Amino acid sequence: MAIIDFKHVDKFYGGFHVLKDINFRVNGGEVVVIVGPSGSGKSTLIRTINGLERINDGSLIVDGKDMTDKSTNFNELRRDVGMVFQHFNLYANKTVLENIMLAPRIVLHRPEEENHKEAMRLLEEVNLVEKANSYPHQLSGGQQQRIAIARSLAMKPKVILFDEPTSALDPEMIQDVLDVMKLVAQEGITMVVVTHEMGFAREVGTRVVFLADGEILEDSDPKSFFDHPQTKRARQFLSKVISH
Amino acid sequence: MWQLFTQNWQDFLTGFWHTILSSIIALVFSFILGSGFAILETNPNKFWRGVAKVYVEIFRNIPLLVVTMFFYLVLPKVLPAMNGFTAGTIGLTLYTSAFIAETVRSGLQSVGTGQMEGCLANGLSYWQAMKNVILPQALKITIPPLGNQFINLIKNSSVLAFVAGMDLMYQGDVIASNTFQTIPTYIIVGIFYLILTLPLSYYMQYLEKKLA
Ligand SMILES: Nc1ncnc2c1ncn2[C@@H]1O[C@H](COP(=O)(O)OP(=O)(O)OP(=O)(O)O)[C@@H](O)[C@H]1O
Ligand SMILES: [Mg+2]
Repeated sequence: MAIIDFKHVDKFYGGFHVLKDINFRVNGGEVVVIVGPSGSGKSTLIRTINGLERINDGSLIVDGKDMTDKSTNFNELRRDVGMVFQHFNLYANKTVLENIMLAPRIVLHRPEEENHKEAMRLLEEVNLVEKANSYPHQLSGGQQQRIAIARSLAMKPKVILFDEPTSALDPEMIQDVLDVMKLVAQEGITMVVVTHEMGFAREVGTRVVFLADGEILEDSDPKSFFDHPQTKRARQFLSKVISH
Repeated sequence: MWQLFTQNWQDFLTGFWHTILSSIIALVFSFILGSGFAILETNPNKFWRGVAKVYVEIFRNIPLLVVTMFFYLVLPKVLPAMNGFTAGTIGLTLYTSAFIAETVRSGLQSVGTGQMEGCLANGLSYWQAMKNVILPQALKITIPPLGNQFINLIKNSSVLAFVAGMDLMYQGDVIASNTFQTIPTYIIVGIFYLILTLPLSYYMQYLEKKLA
C-alpha cells in the first residue's frame, strides 16, 4: 500500500494555482526525487505531505491519515513523517545533543538514558560526536544539516522529507550531507527529496518526478528520466542543470 | 531635611514598602498577561489575534490614571469596592501588560518562522514549540526592553497616590501637606524612587552589553 497518495490535488495561494491536479503515490522504502525549475511548486508540494501547507481540493493520504480531514492530528502524523529544511532550522537555543533529544523526550516520552544513548549513536552515524555540546551557530552549514538529519532520525520516522537540503551549503560540504542521506536510504526509510543534485537523483533515487508550473510532467525511473525525457520542458530543464 | 525624614520615617517607609509591593505584584502579573497576549497576537488563529489586538490597543491608548480610576470609582458601582492599593495595582498591571505584550510580540516575531517549522516538523505541538524553543529565544532578545518597561512600571506606580494607595507618592503628599515642607519631602520621595530604579537601570545596561 502507498504510504503517500495524492489524488487530483489542487492548491491555491489566493488566486494563484500553485499545484494542479497532482496525482502520485509513494510506496514504503522508495526514494522519490522531485526536480523542476524554481517557482514550480516543489516546496509547496513537499510541505503538503506533513501538513505545513494545506491542500484545497482532491485527496491526500499520508501514512493512512486523511490530510483533508479536520480531525486528523498533524502532530501525531509528524512523529512518523520527518522533514529536513534548506536552512536546517535547528533550535538555536539548544545544544546539538538537546536538538536531537528534545522531541523524543517530550513527544515520545523516551526514557532519558535510552534517549541519550540513541542520540549519541546518531551523532556517530553522522560523524559529529565531538559537536554534541556545541550550539548550532558554532557549526558549519554542512554540520548543521547533518545534525538536522540526525534530529529527524531520532524520531524513528517512516518517511523523511528533504526540501533542497544542500542548496544553502558551500560546495565542499555537499557531499558529506549527501553521504548521510544515502545512509538514510539504505536504512529503508521512505524519502521524498527536492534537490538539484542530479547525481544523487540518478544514484540513490528510485523515481524522479518532474514538476513545472505546478504540474507533474514526468514521473519515471531515474535512468529513463535522464536518458530519455519525454517532454520538451524536461529536456530544456535538464540541459540547463547539466550544463551548470 | 534629615529631621523631616527622622520625624516621618515610618510614613516614608510605609510608602516605600507599598510602592515595592505594588510594583512587584504588577510586574509578575503584567509579565504573565503580556506574554500571554503576545503569544495570542502571533497565533495562527485570526480570532485570537483579534482579541489580543483589541486588548493591547485599549490599554496602550488610555492613560494609566483613567484605567486606575475605572477600577477605583466605576467598577465598585457593580462589584464590591476595592481599596486604592488594589485598584491601582490592577490598573498598573493591565496598563503595563499592553506594553509588555508589544515588546514580547516583536521578540517572538524576530525569532523567525523557521524555528517554529523545525519544531512542528519534528513532532512538537504548537505549545511545546512555544515553551521550549520560541519563547526562550524571544525573551532573551526582549530582556533589555523589558527592563525598561519594569523601570517605567515602578515610576508609574506613583499613580496609586491618586487613589489613596498608600504608596511613596501618596505618603509624600500627606507628609508635605502636614509639615508644609514641600520641597524636602519630594526630594526624599525622589531619592527613594532612585534607590529602586537606578540599580535596575544599571543592571539593564550591563545586561544589554553582555547580550549584545
Ligand atoms: N505563501 C505564499 N503565498 C503566495 N505565493 C506563494 C507562497 N509560497 C509560494 N508561493 C508562490 O508559489 C510558487 C511555488 O513556490 P514554491 O516555493 O513551492 O516553488 P519551488 O519550486 O520550491 O521554488 P524554488 O526552487 O525557488 O524553491 C511560486 O511562484 C511562489 O512565488
Ligand atoms: Mg523551494
